[in-house]
Amino acid sequence: MYIYDHFDRQIVSQRVAQFRDQTQRYLDGKISDEQFLPLRLQNGLYIQRLAPMMRIAVPYGTMSSIQLRKLAHISRKYDKGYAHISTRQNVQLNWPKLEEVPDILAELLEVEMHAVQTSGNCIRNTTADQFSGVAADEIEDARPYCEIIRQWSTFHPEFAFLPRKFKIAVCGSKSDRAAIMMHDIGLQISHDTSGKTAFNVFVGGGLGRTPVIGSLIYENLEPQHLLTYLEAILRVYNQLGRRDNKFKARIKILVRAMGAEAFKAEVEKEWAHIKDGDLTLSAEEIDRAKSFFQSPSYETLAQQDMQALALENADFARWLQHNTHEHKIPGYRIVTLALKTVGVAPGDITAEQFEAVADLSERYGFGEIRSTHHQNLVLPDVKQADLLALWKELDKLEVASPTVGTLNDIICCPGGDFCSLANAKSIPIAEAIQRRFDDIDYVYDLGEIELNISGCMNACGHHHIGNIGILGVDKKGQEFYQVSLGGSQGLEASLGAILGPSFAQNQVPDVIEKVLETYVSLRQPEERFLDTFRRVGINPFKESAYA
Amino acid sequence: MPNIIKDQQISDDSWQVWRDAATLPESGGYIVPLTLWLEHKDSLKALGDIAVFLASDESPKALANDITELNLIAVDFPKFADGRGFSYGRELREQLGYKGELRAIGDFMRDQLYFLSRCGFNSFALENSDLEESLASFKDFSESYQPSIDQRLPLFRRR
Ligand code: SF4
Repeated sequence: MYIYDHFDRQIVSQRVAQFRDQTQRYLDGKISDEQFLPLRLQNGLYIQRLAPMMRIAVPYGTMSSIQLRKLAHISRKYDKGYAHISTRQNVQLNWPKLEEVPDILAELLEVEMHAVQTSGNCIRNTTADQFSGVAADEIEDARPYCEIIRQWSTFHPEFAFLPRKFKIAVCGSKSDRAAIMMHDIGLQISHDTSGKTAFNVFVGGGLGRTPVIGSLIYENLEPQHLLTYLEAILRVYNQLGRRDNKFKARIKILVRAMGAEAFKAEVEKEWAHIKDGDLTLSAEEIDRAKSFFQSPSYETLAQQDMQALALENADFARWLQHNTHEHKIPGYRIVTLALKTVGVAPGDITAEQFEAVADLSERYGFGEIRSTHHQNLVLPDVKQADLLALWKELDKLEVASPTVGTLNDIICCPGGDFCSLANAKSIPIAEAIQRRFDDIDYVYDLGEIELNISGCMNACGHHHIGNIGILGVDKKGQEFYQVSLGGSQGLEASLGAILGPSFAQNQVPDVIEKVLETYVSLRQPEERFLDTFRRVGINPFKESAYA
Repeated sequence: MPNIIKDQQISDDSWQVWRDAATLPESGGYIVPLTLWLEHKDSLKALGDIAVFLASDESPKALANDITELNLIAVDFPKFADGRGFSYGRELREQLGYKGELRAIGDFMRDQLYFLSRCGFNSFALENSDLEESLASFKDFSESYQPSIDQRLPLFRRR
């Protein structure tokens, strides 16, 4: 993991002092509500329906056991004893008090954490594949570059008041687990034939009101040019992005209005001024960043036969199949902890669970934990020989539901229960679906399906890229739900097509059931939901849903 | 005489902002709109001291040929959340080589002073704030990751 030096510590500690002073001036009436808004947002603080909501940054989804214990402590001391993993790999508190936020920031600093730029119209926390550094299909670890981007974007003086929020994601493996096409900038690491690192730069992707898949504007960008090229993109966006209409202010609208070619030309003009300038990355800096992400001291182990392991116990076997992934080192496995207990909001985690997971990460790994945009946690380095013992522990903690990657691994935003922007509740919908499909064999038979729920157009629950997407809409003051099908993330990203008129809350589980029955009746052997949908189109689903 | 902050000190200032883009002022001492300047450069220069301000949708590129003639360029912030001026500041300093006084005018706020100065602004017509107290905001941070006018090297080249 990245470790702060005295510069990093000083910068973050001055940030805490700055926000303490700003909060005091606000409470003294010296800063208006309007002026305080961007200041608090850039420190992760929203004022929500019921209370402030605070978003703590988890850079590229990597945390240590020490940090997890601190989060447990904070959620107990300043909140109601639980927190929430967001779809951008961050950690959210639902009930902190404004006056106490500076103290929370000071506590976070003790473990090298912060809430910098987790909200507001600035460059947000950079996200990455949750399996970075351990995935068997990895081309190159994305985390050193994420850290380089984190530092460049932290308190960037020019880009703190952009037209709108700005999200960057980096993917370093063959399968894209970071949804890079759905970000303002998506960076895909590739290696050329001689093994040299390069980036493919996608720009203008995004969800929200107008979902768009990013356009590739630069192929094979050499690493030393990474920051100057990003800076050129941001400078063009900062000057030309729309500021007259908040719904048209994202970079995707600019790229679409100009056309990707013209946008690229504008970027290159800007880039010509700064390319090879002071911001050009040195080999030393790239090596310095990489030095923090060296492989831990893995033992030399024999790869175990997973089939044989699975014979131990049928429940264990199911978990093994769904909640663990191939590791790049023989004898190890990546384990996903499902934060999807029925009756609990997807992504919620208690202080006790934080602490228990921290302990497990030390006993079964190197004290490292990842958060995922599926709102789960990951223990990245588990010995295969330890899997059965770990599973028993996770089962006790209720984070071993063997449903990762299935219909019941629902992505769900906080929705109307917590969020003041919501049109409708989302958590009860997730729960109703999980309860309807509680027959695990049926869920397995359905195979790989992503079901994503957002409580409004802002799409924090990524509904457009769910194979099944559910969106809360407001219909004459009533909560209704629009269903879309066929969305997907990854390198073959696509946006869902709307099934038809929206449904009342109590109809949603029935509609989902009909959609799934249609799939089961039409699928070819081994065909995933997404592939069936792509083959047969939306009509058969429409017919059964509205029959 | 109104006070402004210049080079991190409070100083007297007699410049006035002339927002009317259709009529010429009758004397010098005004900061005039870019469009007025581009159209009536010669008549304006004849008035004496004249400065130019950029509206938030006016790129400094339009001043490329006038950089050495102007001792003061201002950038107007119609709303503090409109951050285009931050890019204009850097462009004026780093690409157009502007060396004179660069002033922020309009609706910016004290808590932006640090970032503005890192983007090349050295003078601030800050309204509705206690100037003496506001000076503290220049010291919000003592180190930054990015390069700026006063520190050409990004932090990673100095670690
Ligand atoms: S999608 Fe809408 S309701 Fe859900 S968290 Fe985002 S803003 Fe709130």
